This record gives sequence, C-alpha cells and structure tokens, in this order.
Amino acid sequence: MKWFLVILMVTATAASDVLQSHEMKRAGQQSVGARGFLRLIQLIAARGFLLLAMGCMAVSFFSFMALVQTEPLSFAVPASAASFILETLLAKFVLKERINSRRAIGTVIVMAGVLLVGE
Amino acid sequence: MRLTARTWSIVFLFIALKAVGNFALAWGMKHFAEPASANPLHYLRAMFEPAVGAGVVLLLVSLLTRMALLSLADLSYVLPVTAIGYVLAALIGKYFLSEAVTPQRWLGTVLICLGAALVSSTTQSTTKESL
Repeated sequence: MKWFLVILMVTATAASDVLQSHEMKRAGQQSVGARGFLRLIQLIAARGFLLLAMGCMAVSFFSFMALVQTEPLSFAVPASAASFILETLLAKFVLKERINSRRAIGTVIVMAGVLLVGE
Repeated sequence: MRLTARTWSIVFLFIALKAVGNFALAWGMKHFAEPASANPLHYLRAMFEPAVGAGVVLLLVSLLTRMALLSLADLSYVLPVTAIGYVLAALIGKYFLSEAVTPQRWLGTVLICLGAALVSSTTQSTTKESL
C-alpha cells in the first residue's frame, strides 16, 4: 500500500506540474500578494488545463494525506521527490526546456538522495 | 536569465508555507481519531480538524505561490531549487513530531540538497515564451 500511494502521488504530481508549467509560461509573469493570488484563481477558473492540473493535484494530495497518516513525514515528503526524474524528462520532451548536463547531473543526484531516503 | 531578488523571495515564501503546511497536516492527521481508510469521505471529515484545516489552507496558498514561480522559471529549475523543503521536512519530523530520522535518511536529504544546488546554478528559464 505504501509504494502504491507513492506511485499514485508521483504520477499525479508530474501531470499536474507539467500542465501548470505550460499554462503559467503562457500566462506571463505573475506576482504574489492579495491581487496576485486573485488573478491566479481567475486564471485557474478560465483555463481548462489548469483545472485539469488541479484535479491531478487533488489525487496527489489525497495520496499524500493517506501516506502521512501511516508513514513518517520524513519519509512521505522526500519520497514525493521521486517525481524529479519523470518531471525532468517531461520538461525536456513536452515543455521543450533545455536540460544541460549540469541540470541533468543535479537531477540524478537528487534521485539518488530519494532512493536513500526511501530505503 | 538569473534569479532576481523578487524570484528568490517567492522561492522562500513557497518553502516556508509548504513546510509549515505539511507540519500542520501531518500533526492533525496523526491525531485524527478515525483510523486510516481508502474512503475519500474520511479525508474530507479530517479537513474539519483545526490543524488539518490550517494545513490545507497553508498548502493552498503555497500552491498559488508556486504557480507564480512557474510563470518566472522552468519546471526543471523550480523543482530542485525548492528541494530545501525536504530538509525542513526531515527537521520538523525529528524535532516536532518525534519521528526517527536515520543517518541514511539524513545522507539522502543532503544529496537532494547538493543536486538542487547544482541545478540552481543553471539558467532559470530556457523556453521560447520566456526568452
């Protein structure tokens, strides 16, 4: 059950993040603060991909809640970093971000850390 | 394009909101009277617990903050740069939730931070929309 929840959480997180990144780059630079947050909420309501991203995030969130109820927070939170590899690949091939060697090596080191944390 | 002071302030705001939100959520769920269940209603009921509710609100604000961050930088950049949150999670787990954090887990957390530091030295945004 523990690893099923981790896989569900990671897949849903990756889908949500790719959709969010795509839409937020299209929307242009946003700010934080009351007006900025209101504008972001309006954006979510107006854009289908952002709504879908919120749905994926809800799946990820409930998986996380189930995980923290039975596993230590110091396991549950770092385990969610398993999405790094999947999201970096999606960023390169779907979002067309440039992943140079330094960024790729850094991501692999992060993944090694995640594996140690999950042992 | 390098990270500006404004971008860094959004990064730190996100990390703080997420760490405190996760702590409130974990604390509330561990003290929730009902046993773990696959029923979604179980989690909806849990949200009416004060600590769980506060955690949810903080995590929702952190979500909006992260969306603002994604409008400024690549996804493959934001992910590792915000990874310092994993160290905070381990510290909060150890000191506030009395969770055991093994040396191996600490080593893993250090590696996550090293990888994040390496990625943070790359260009923050490389897509056509932001160039």
